[in-house]
Amino acid sequence: MRKRSNWSIPYFIFLVFFVVLPLVLVAFYAFRDREGSFTLDNIAKFFSDKDTLSTFAVSLEVAIENTLLCILIGYPAAWILANKKYNRSAVTIILFILPMWINALMRTLATAQLFTTLGMNLGKGTLLFGMVYDYLPFMIYPIYNILSRMDNSYAEAASDLGATPWKVFWKVTVPLSMPGVMSGVLMVFMPTVSTFAISEFLTNNKIKLFGTIIQENINNSMWNYGAALALVMLVIIGITSLFGGDKEEAEGALI
Amino acid sequence: MKKILAKAYIWVLLIVLYAPIVFIAVFSFTESRVLGSWQGFSFKLYENLFTGGMQGGISLISAVNNTLLIAGISAAVATLLGTVAAIGIFNLKGGKRKAITFLNNIPMINPDVITGVSLFLLFVFLGFSQGYTTVILAHITFCTPYVVLSVMPKLTQMNPNIYEAALDLGATPAQALRKVMIPELRPGMISGFILAFTMSLDDFAVTFFTRGSQGLETLSTYIYTDARKGGLTPELRPLMTIIFLVILVLLLVINLRKDNLNRKAVK
Repeated sequence: MRKRSNWSIPYFIFLVFFVVLPLVLVAFYAFRDREGSFTLDNIAKFFSDKDTLSTFAVSLEVAIENTLLCILIGYPAAWILANKKYNRSAVTIILFILPMWINALMRTLATAQLFTTLGMNLGKGTLLFGMVYDYLPFMIYPIYNILSRMDNSYAEAASDLGATPWKVFWKVTVPLSMPGVMSGVLMVFMPTVSTFAISEFLTNNKIKLFGTIIQENINNSMWNYGAALALVMLVIIGITSLFGGDKEEAEGALI
Repeated sequence: MKKILAKAYIWVLLIVLYAPIVFIAVFSFTESRVLGSWQGFSFKLYENLFTGGMQGGISLISAVNNTLLIAGISAAVATLLGTVAAIGIFNLKGGKRKAITFLNNIPMINPDVITGVSLFLLFVFLGFSQGYTTVILAHITFCTPYVVLSVMPKLTQMNPNIYEAALDLGATPAQALRKVMIPELRPGMISGFILAFTMSLDDFAVTFFTRGSQGLETLSTYIYTDARKGGLTPELRPLMTIIFLVILVLLLVINLRKDNLNRKAVK
């Protein structure tokens, strides 16, 4: 297949133009004022603006809680689904993925309406429930994926050598499935921080997340400040993906 | 006992997961304007949806059309671009390959809001007027990496000797590509296309930032605007029910086909 490597050139140019350049522009706008001259004010504003900082803190808190809940609920589910003793049909896993293909906004609005119909107050509790509801499949799938491909002989060896089932689970299965958990975390944590619209719907505008602040600034033509906030998020993404797992593995295999 | 507990856990999760969707589906069969109040069984909302005879009917239908059009074009272009790119990347080595794989991962790691804002800034910077074109370009940007990822494993699985054999037997590179390579890659291209299509259908944030101010609405932005005004258009309920059923059937067909292919491969 000689010379076919040239075929990557159009896509490379496309990526530079539509992925690299836009991210460079985020940094560019973040360090400019309205007139276009260099400034650090936008970044300084973020660190001194109480409202933004508290929204940021709330977003991180919600994201951490959401991620933990997703692991807590999703890990056993993934384990059961991957275990041939309990689940032999591939259709069950599809049933978990299926809701993701329904418009997320519509699902969220229906969830909020369901809570209201059941007579519950919209607030932190419903926000967390709705977030877990939205992101649980993204946690279950990568863990399931890695558990179902795991070589059983490790666990068998451990139990042959006298480990109790509980020990086998904690000392063999869990460590081996960590890459799956990391992919799940990557797919739940940052998207939760940056959610916009969904949190407002679920809390009746009581709780705003960071994504909403970015959106409000951009929509009110405060591009430079909006870009600075986006830059803050990009830095966090950079840091988390250093620790993070393989997102392509998680999403690429969805279908 | 353990087995019953395990099954019960899965079923409780599924019931909770599907509750809102079932809620929508059930209330698509009543005329009530508000989701959650039952006013007798009726097909009125379905009728309205298909005849367009409701308040704001034209804008809902045009939103659905826009969504399908954008998803169709973006997924087709992404499939073409992504397949060509995958063949290219597969033949790259070392640093170049690492670099382009890294770039390919960025749109998948970035949250929608960041992709949306960064592309918005690009279009502002270049002075593009925002509308259909910018939304489609944006969708191609976040869809193509998934196509590359779906096609790549097919290239790895492919036996390179078949292609060489075709050339040795006198096929031109173009013929070998069309008759040998493409059929081998087709399953990956198809799943890449479907993945891209559904990602585009479901997108809200990226569309929101790149659609401009000319009033271009997709289903997601329509729902958003609608919900902000208070009160969703009731006809969205039958629409969502239908979409859900279509996707259910589609996914089942794809996965049963995959199962069959796997079984064939085992034989």
